[in-house]
Amino acid sequence: MLIELKDVNKTYNNGQPLHVLKGIDLSIDRGEFVSIMGASGSGKSTLLNILGILDNYDTGEYYIDGRLIKGLTERQAADYRNRMIGFIFQSFNLIGFKTAVENVELPLFYQGVSRHKRHEMAMEYLERLGLTDWAGHYPNEMSGGQKQRVAIARALITNPKIILADEPTGALDSKTSEEVMQLLTQLNREEKVTIIVVTHESGVANCTDKIIHIKDGIIGQIEDNRRHQSSVFGTSTIMK
Amino acid sequence: MRDVFVEIWESIRRNKLRTCLTGFAVSWGIFMLIVLLGAGNGLMNAFMMGGEDIATNTMQVGGGRTSKPYDGLKEGRRIRLDDRDVALTGGELFSAHVDQVIATVSSGVTVNYGKKYFSGLIEGNYPERQEMDKIEVRYGRFINEKDIRERRKVVVLSENQAEILLGSDASISRFSLGPLGNGKKGTKQVDVQRLLGERVRIGTFAYRVVGITKSDRMSDSNLFYAPYTTVKTIYGKGQDIDDITFTFHGLDSEAENEAFEEQYRAVVNLRHRAAPDDNRALWIWNRFTQNLQMNRGRNILSTALWIIGLFTLLGGIVGVSNIMLITVKERTHEFGIRKAIGAGPWDIMKLILAESVSITAFFGYVGMFLGMLACLLLDKTVGQSTVSVMDEQIAMLVDPTVGLDVALGATVVLIVAGTIAGLFPARKAAQVRPIEALRAE
Repeated sequence: MLIELKDVNKTYNNGQPLHVLKGIDLSIDRGEFVSIMGASGSGKSTLLNILGILDNYDTGEYYIDGRLIKGLTERQAADYRNRMIGFIFQSFNLIGFKTAVENVELPLFYQGVSRHKRHEMAMEYLERLGLTDWAGHYPNEMSGGQKQRVAIARALITNPKIILADEPTGALDSKTSEEVMQLLTQLNREEKVTIIVVTHESGVANCTDKIIHIKDGIIGQIEDNRRHQSSVFGTSTIMK
Repeated sequence: MRDVFVEIWESIRRNKLRTCLTGFAVSWGIFMLIVLLGAGNGLMNAFMMGGEDIATNTMQVGGGRTSKPYDGLKEGRRIRLDDRDVALTGGELFSAHVDQVIATVSSGVTVNYGKKYFSGLIEGNYPERQEMDKIEVRYGRFINEKDIRERRKVVVLSENQAEILLGSDASISRFSLGPLGNGKKGTKQVDVQRLLGERVRIGTFAYRVVGITKSDRMSDSNLFYAPYTTVKTIYGKGQDIDDITFTFHGLDSEAENEAFEEQYRAVVNLRHRAAPDDNRALWIWNRFTQNLQMNRGRNILSTALWIIGLFTLLGGIVGVSNIMLITVKERTHEFGIRKAIGAGPWDIMKLILAESVSITAFFGYVGMFLGMLACLLLDKTVGQSTVSVMDEQIAMLVDPTVGLDVALGATVVLIVAGTIAGLFPARKAAQVRPIEALRAE
């Protein structure tokens, strides 16, 4: 198993203690294309943050590729995020004063890859996503779809074990959303990238092979969606 | 390294005005520091003018007036040193410390050359004086042994005096008792070398000019030298002499010097029937301790100036720290992104620290450069002028500039200051948790 969570609990102590995750058990295998669905407040964002080593958990165990992720220093956590996880955010989270290619290069910069080498690699990834012409442009000169593709290139460039996408289509129109989901599907099919998508849009979840429903901090139903028929709406498109 | 600078440049470029305003405070601080230190140096140099050229291990002793009754004699009696004091000083009693002893005699005279003349003090001296006082002979030579032995009538004049004697304008000489500023005011540049070998008339005798010394601005420039034996014979006052100068060794601390002076004073005082502890009966000018005190004064002054300068700089540093805090606040979201894709706390801290040090160092160097320019300007204006105090031309500032040591010191200060200014903002940036940073807008 690539990802294994055993009885993971998380409580926020802001004034009144809030038990957000109440014993999560979850396994995701290499090459899977999974979505996590839940209403707001269900704990899905917290779960994603824990999966992405952006936040820590209180009790339980979390393994990535057999390695226990617990009690890490900031430095170690940063290193694991850099090498094992690629993030795709709802709001793209590109750095505004850096060009597309510079944004894509950034994870390699933190790996200490030489200037020349990382530029070369970043251009390669941009080319795969059809953005060669946009390499020198700043994020505010690009459309939402283009920005998200730059973000995908940035997530892919370190060749991570997992891609974590937090509402990747949340800020996009339905047509662009569809393109982005197609791109993710393609990456999963052709390059066997493990992708976990957090969403509340059933259309987006329907694109994935497995849908994990989370409700009130516990895993509810795990739906096998290899036939992509879970959504009542739009089996052929993403409803907005 | 290059990447870090690219990042800093990107950040600064977005906030030009803000950065420049903050930088100005840093420039101002360093500018003040450099100008203060430069002016302080100039002031100290002016004080020490002439003093620094003198061998520090010499003492000069002269007779004074007794200040207390002793041995049946009233106070206020004048003490005159004589040949026996010279013998005593150089004798066995003080041989543990005293090396060479020379005596001087002097007399006020008028020196004539053609129609030109000046009034001065002819000082009978020994060849050793040149080494003791580090007298710089520009042309010709100083008094030598043969002059002493043969009581030759030779003189060593200063440049100023030579200029007066050769000057085309006779009226200058009448007013030229004291030193003439830098030797520029009123006198035309004359080739003083011409006077070498010439004869000048002093009283009823003709003296040959054998040497011309460099004039300095502080010491008595109406003084000139002749052989001790000559002056003693011509203006003879029996055994009396003006003062004794001797070099010494083995007195390394101020306490040792004081003990020696006390002992010496007691011995010489007793010989003149003055109280052994009468400080007024004998003047002792110890250049070693004086030098120590001068250096201490110099250190105190420069420490005080450093402190004032550093406090001025502090304002700038606080400004930089403030700006960095704002920068950190503005860039929290960006730091969150960086952390999510693999930047460690140190990577973020490095970014802020480097920016802070760069701003401080850059504007600091601008300030340092301007400060040094101001010092040069000061040197070219105030540094060249003199103030007339009681007929003496005194330089206010001499070479009011700072050395490489100050530049290096200021560089260290800038880097330390920049680091301190950036430290707290950088820590703040590094410590914020990635999820919170990502949530920030």
